[in-house]
Amino acid sequence: MRGREIRNSEQELHQFQLRVGIAGAVVLAAFALLAARFLWLQVLQHDVYQAKAEDNRISIVPVTPNRGLIVDRNGVVIARNYSGYTLEIFPRRVKNIERTIDAVSEFVDVTPRDRVRFRKLLQETRNAESLPIKNRLSDEEVAKFAANRYRFEGVEIKARLFRQYPLGDVGSHVLGYLGRINTQDQQKLEDDGVGPNYRGTDYIGKAGIEATYESELHGATGFEQVEIDAAGRGIRTLSRTPSQPGNNVTLTLDMRLQQVAEIGFGDRRGALVALDPNTGGVLALVSKPGFDPNMFVDGIDPQYWAELQGSLDKPLNNRAISGLYPPGSTIKPYLALAALETGKRRTSSSIFDPGYFDFGGRRFRDDKKGGHGVVDMYKSIVESCDTYYYHLANDLGIDAIARFLGPFGFGSRSGIDLAGEFAGVLPSPEWKIKRFKQPAQQKWFPGETISIGIGQGYHSYTPLQLAQATAMLATGGTMYKPRLLDHIDNPRSGDRRQVPSEVLHTIALRRDNVDFIKRSMAGVSKEGTAARAFAGVTYTVGGKTGTAQVIAIKQNEKYEEAKVAERHRDHSLFVAFAPVESPRIALAIIVENGGFGARAAAPLARTVLDYFMLGKLPAGMDQPTPEDEGAADEESESD
Amino acid sequence: MDGAPLPFRRLGLRLVEGIDGTLMVLMLALSMLGLLALFSASYEIPARVASQVMNLAVAVAAMWLVAQVPPQTMMRFALPAYVVGLAFLLAVALFGDVVNGARRWLHVGVTRFQPSEMMKLALPLMLAWYFHKHETTLKLRNFAVAALLLIVPLGLIARQPDLGTAALVGAAGFYVIFFAGISWKVLGTLFGLGLAALPIGWGFLHGYQRKRVLTLLDPTTDPLGAGYHIIQSTIAVGSGGLWGKGWLNGTQAHLEFIPERHTDFIFAVFSEEFGLIGNVVLLVLYFLLVGRGLYIAANAATVFARLLAGGISLMFFTYAFVNMGMVSGILPVVGVPLPFLSYGGTALLTLFIGAGILMSIHRYRKLVQT
Repeated sequence: MRGREIRNSEQELHQFQLRVGIAGAVVLAAFALLAARFLWLQVLQHDVYQAKAEDNRISIVPVTPNRGLIVDRNGVVIARNYSGYTLEIFPRRVKNIERTIDAVSEFVDVTPRDRVRFRKLLQETRNAESLPIKNRLSDEEVAKFAANRYRFEGVEIKARLFRQYPLGDVGSHVLGYLGRINTQDQQKLEDDGVGPNYRGTDYIGKAGIEATYESELHGATGFEQVEIDAAGRGIRTLSRTPSQPGNNVTLTLDMRLQQVAEIGFGDRRGALVALDPNTGGVLALVSKPGFDPNMFVDGIDPQYWAELQGSLDKPLNNRAISGLYPPGSTIKPYLALAALETGKRRTSSSIFDPGYFDFGGRRFRDDKKGGHGVVDMYKSIVESCDTYYYHLANDLGIDAIARFLGPFGFGSRSGIDLAGEFAGVLPSPEWKIKRFKQPAQQKWFPGETISIGIGQGYHSYTPLQLAQATAMLATGGTMYKPRLLDHIDNPRSGDRRQVPSEVLHTIALRRDNVDFIKRSMAGVSKEGTAARAFAGVTYTVGGKTGTAQVIAIKQNEKYEEAKVAERHRDHSLFVAFAPVESPRIALAIIVENGGFGARAAAPLARTVLDYFMLGKLPAGMDQPTPEDEGAADEESESD
Repeated sequence: MDGAPLPFRRLGLRLVEGIDGTLMVLMLALSMLGLLALFSASYEIPARVASQVMNLAVAVAAMWLVAQVPPQTMMRFALPAYVVGLAFLLAVALFGDVVNGARRWLHVGVTRFQPSEMMKLALPLMLAWYFHKHETTLKLRNFAVAALLLIVPLGLIARQPDLGTAALVGAAGFYVIFFAGISWKVLGTLFGLGLAALPIGWGFLHGYQRKRVLTLLDPTTDPLGAGYHIIQSTIAVGSGGLWGKGWLNGTQAHLEFIPERHTDFIFAVFSEEFGLIGNVVLLVLYFLLVGRGLYIAANAATVFARLLAGGISLMFFTYAFVNMGMVSGILPVVGVPLPFLSYGGTALLTLFIGAGILMSIHRYRKLVQT
């Protein structure tokens, strides 16, 4: 036995050594293959490669594609391109940049701002071949510089397409803006494996639709093989693969409606979201104040950037998806529905409202001194009776409230096709445990439930969530994913990709309960808190006013006392849908520091709905808007 | 040396104890060539050479430590190293960092590292240990288990996705299985099946990976991206000629036609400046290195040591072959560094630790297993 084992292992060793020999032979063969390849490249084909290397003169020049257009649902162009000339400096080919700029400014008007911007670009983009010192040259400047071009090594005139937003700041938060590709963007492009497609592209969508659909809008970069001379200038094109323009993006947005809403806001801060409840398409999405995306196109002027960044009004924030507000009384219809669905209330049951609700040794007051008297559910919504909902919230309990509100989208991201959406807070005992560290703060107090009943306390939602919940109520329990994209067209092939409506989920609600709530909301605009705003209305509209208390004072506001006082005022809210029988629009409006919901938000809703339902334009909008004229001016300038 | 005081001589002896002179000389020669090429490739960033010297020092120290560990002790680490490596790979799949479009990095404390790198040694270690344990009763079933041990980490690495590393780890594992004596019949069958499965594998490739393969077949289809790398690196190699353009005289690399010229494409710089002669010197050095490793394997004391040494030696070969093949345009562009020449501490560490294992195996070759 033992002998056999030894022989066995000897045999094994022998076999192993045989395999080692084979491996050695394979290694030798592989290296011989490499050596043969080297011989081929370095000796037999050496002349060919030597020639190629000597004048690695065949430069591959990317051909930048035209960026796709963005249009609204009616074909109104929101973003387009126009061509213009820029004066570009190739930093690597220039010895002294400052002196070159000085010399160039003899022929071209280079402002101190241009210099500041150029220096900033130089810092931000390390690998760029060339950077613009001056955008949008006039014809005269082009001619002058061209005549003196021989004097400037490393400075060239380039023809380029510029992005233009003809409607100016209308819908700025939806559109977003383009900005120069910086080092971070470059890294991300490499990560996504599309780096090569961006050779030759200087600008990229930084926010809004321009960023979300960057990959659709950009297009495919083409390339030219160009023979260049010793100085790197092109002599002739050897071959050319054309670029393919980016796809055109059509939004669900109605830009006229958007404009009506923005004009309605005037100088006030706030947000508005209007949805098509039957598809989830966004009809209007306003965040005020806005900004002019055209200012970003050439590489933003540092001064304007500082203004935007520093402003107390935070114009760069998209309040519609990232502003968080307490819903105020706009939450009441959902709580009433919750009470009906769970059987805690019947539509007919009434309470007596003395003007307050005592609970746990604390007195919760109604808005109306002396109370609303005998209040049933209909009246509680129409007159927005607080006491009714103090009782109701207490009877439902926080768990049931949170369970019922969750499916309406409160406190969770909707998944809209814009970056930067916030989730907000749907208050519940579980949320409190997660939110707070100390056990003493984690406990849910029954008194907190009472304020939840009137939309105060820990509630905080985005205007988009309020609109989405309203849309869901309007459809009787179906939630669509909100979206801005309607379809994408390939301009070359003519192919169209329609985005289907996506049902996120449905809630089984009793039809008569929903109808009752809708009827009550219709009452709000007929005989309730919004009756004055909707006086003489010829279509049916369901709505609910809301007022949200502003609690915290933000930092760095101490110097402007008058303004701080204004910023302390309540936010004015209104949610609505119309027409009541078969809703085509659902919206939510918040006017920051606008006071009572009935005062600021409801009239604005009237303006917007009048346009949507009747095509009625507000005063001052029947002519082409000033923005349109501005756009026309700019165009003639660039010719 | 004779004049030196005794304690220093002792220390000197202690330091070289267990160090295999042949391997050491070969590796240092390669590393010196690497520093030359690196200096040329990054003349505008001289600090890189200094940093690479530091990397070398660390790697040599690690090699020395490993060379002191007897193979019997290493066997005890096989299973834990494999399990930990696998756990890290799973962790990466679940919550790794995404860099360059792939999920490869894992944060550990303040640093982050690539667990797939660890698998390059942990997998051959594990397989060698496994075959060693079942030495006397090796059946087909054992090879199936070994294949499973190979496929699980391989799949995790491949879906990161990191095909280059997956190929290297897979190769290392395969070598051990090959040396363990898998029958030619099974091998042939698997090879046939693999060929048949190629079209299916194609479907699993990411877009950019497919592009790289297609680009290899015709680089002009993608002159802005991966094709550009191949076109330019081939020009660099070809224009080097028989004698090369001379150190620091390369034009292609210096004109920035070569991407990644200090890491994966450093061979293009080397080849342009040192020509066919330089390339052949490099090939000879690698061949001697691999040959020495295989010699150590053939004379190793135990099954474990044999298999491990064989696997590591062929791993060196694979690195060198894949990288030079890619730069000279006969293999697709995958992220494989050129051993001992490419800039980067992690790869260097793996290589020197591998060499340390070889040295330990050679040092303890005469110990009879009981």
